[in-house]
Amino acid sequence: MLQIAAILLMMLGLYGLLTNRNIIKIILALNILEIGLNIFIISIGFVRGGNAPIFSSETTSSALIFVDPLPQALVLTAIVIGVGTTALGLAFAKQIYAKYHTFELDEMGEE
Amino acid sequence: MKKLLAFVFVIVLGALIVNHLNENSLFTGFGDAVLADRVSDSYINRDVQGGQGEVIFGESQDLESGAANTVTAIVADYRSFDTLGEITVLFISSLGVALLLGQSKKRIGLEFRPNFMLKIGSRALFAIILMTGVFISIHGHLTPGGGFPGGAMIASSVLLLYLADDEFRAKMRGFKVLESTMGVLYILLGVVGLFITGIFLENFIDNGTLGSLFSAGMIPIIYVIIGLKVGSEISSVIDHFLSEEGA
Repeated sequence: MLQIAAILLMMLGLYGLLTNRNIIKIILALNILEIGLNIFIISIGFVRGGNAPIFSSETTSSALIFVDPLPQALVLTAIVIGVGTTALGLAFAKQIYAKYHTFELDEMGEE
Repeated sequence: MKKLLAFVFVIVLGALIVNHLNENSLFTGFGDAVLADRVSDSYINRDVQGGQGEVIFGESQDLESGAANTVTAIVADYRSFDTLGEITVLFISSLGVALLLGQSKKRIGLEFRPNFMLKIGSRALFAIILMTGVFISIHGHLTPGGGFPGGAMIASSVLLLYLADDEFRAKMRGFKVLESTMGVLYILLGVVGLFITGIFLENFIDNGTLGSLFSAGMIPIIYVIIGLKVGSEISSVIDHFLSEEGA
């Protein structure tokens, strides 16, 4: 069920990417798409009744049931790269606004 | 018209994905994953190279990877080369932001005049947030968190000072020196591993007992390096976004 919701979120982000003509909204849609994808990857590794994959004084032995740690490690990478691309995209948006005084792609170059 | 086309395309694509996932026998339903069939089982049992036995918190010694947090063991030990690439991506994006917004000199002013209490209170909070970030970086192999959240916390403490004090300006030169030093240190650690063990970024320090602070070999060192590097990179991004052209 969560996986269907994650795919729905991904499709929502894709729809936003296809229809919007505002730079800030495009970056926002890209982030929604990415969050949906991250939730989907994390949900693949979920095990019902599993513990977080950290040994502690509560979960002491590897014989216990753990959640899959590999998707979490991959999503950690994806989140960091998402932060980098968002920062770069917003820097581009700031430069474009300084030049054209608008965020709408259709209104640019009409001066 | 364009919106309708996009809507139809998105619906069809989503239905295709869901349909394909339901028919695929390799794809288990939500919560029905069996770890024994997966690679992750060896990561949890720390026996990727074979013959380790059961892992017990506080007792097991000299494991293949000594981090109590399995996610950290994957990120900073098994897939450390991957993390080096990830850090490079973050470095390139902060470099790109600096190239695009770098010529700005003056910082953007606040819309209000911060009073004395706000300035002093934000300085006190700054120290606490900074210490928490460093703590989370150091304890990345024992508790949730690690270098990336810790670095983001360090950057958020700098952001707090920017928002609460209209005259504050971080010393960007210091951050740049810190960032490049940490990047070079990471690669140097890998090269030292290459000379001692023959594999780039291989752990060459004793792994210790699972669950103690001084354990897991290189992982705490790498995570402190990552934390400081990510913190200084995001701080410099914040500084570039909060400055404007002129003067």
